[in-house]
Amino acid sequence: MKAMRTPASRVRGLGSAKTGTQHWWSQRLTALAMIPLALWFVASVVTMAGADHAAFRAWAGSPVVAGLLLLLIVTTFYHGYLGLQVVVEDYVHHEVWKLGTLLLLKAASIVFALTGVLAVLSMLFSG
Amino acid sequence: MTTRSERPLSPHLQVYRPQLTSALSIFHRITGVFLALGTLLLTAWVVAAATGPEAFAAVQGFIGSILGYLLLLGWSAALFYHLANGIRHLFWDAGYGFELANVYRSGYAVLIATGVLTLLAWVIGLILQ
Repeated sequence: MKAMRTPASRVRGLGSAKTGTQHWWSQRLTALAMIPLALWFVASVVTMAGADHAAFRAWAGSPVVAGLLLLLIVTTFYHGYLGLQVVVEDYVHHEVWKLGTLLLLKAASIVFALTGVLAVLSMLFSG
Repeated sequence: MTTRSERPLSPHLQVYRPQLTSALSIFHRITGVFLALGTLLLTAWVVAAATGPEAFAAVQGFIGSILGYLLLLGWSAALFYHLANGIRHLFWDAGYGFELANVYRSGYAVLIATGVLTLLAWVIGLILQ
């Protein structure tokens, strides 16, 4: 049976065109940014783990700490989504399940990242 | 008669002898997924602090429990592993360290770094408590 579709129409929508390296670059650049951010965050958890609420608020309310927390939250959720996306694409082969899982993960990443960002901003501006 | 594919085949995991290289590779992915779940704890932490003293005390109480400590231990080890092995990956991305001997050397270095950094973080953390 002769296919009536052109080769271009059969591959369209199945993969990237011209943006194939964007995912790769984003993952590496966020990884690079997270080397200092992750080390700072571990040091913060180590020192702030036993803190009471007032001490934590005083710490998180400073512009430098709030700024680093915002960078950490946005970079972490972006990097995390990029990684989970590859895992899903590797193991979930059913097209509908794959798309559904990816949409769910993307939505969850955005919701949690936004929630974290708003929490940090509210601590920064309420002093 | 069917023509055989000339493409390289993925190894069959059931008959493939586990090696440091393949074990560290899959471990990078497993720790990545685990850390993605850990970001929920990070969100809970800042949201609780923004909400008020009671919510913050509840989250701190959970982190201070046995389950919380176990999660924190797993989380810290996973983070140091993913961080160290991620740096190893960045060197590969830049084109360095592909000789088999170096791949094994950096692999063992990642394991040692994970152990030392996790231990260090916990010793300092527990002293500061």
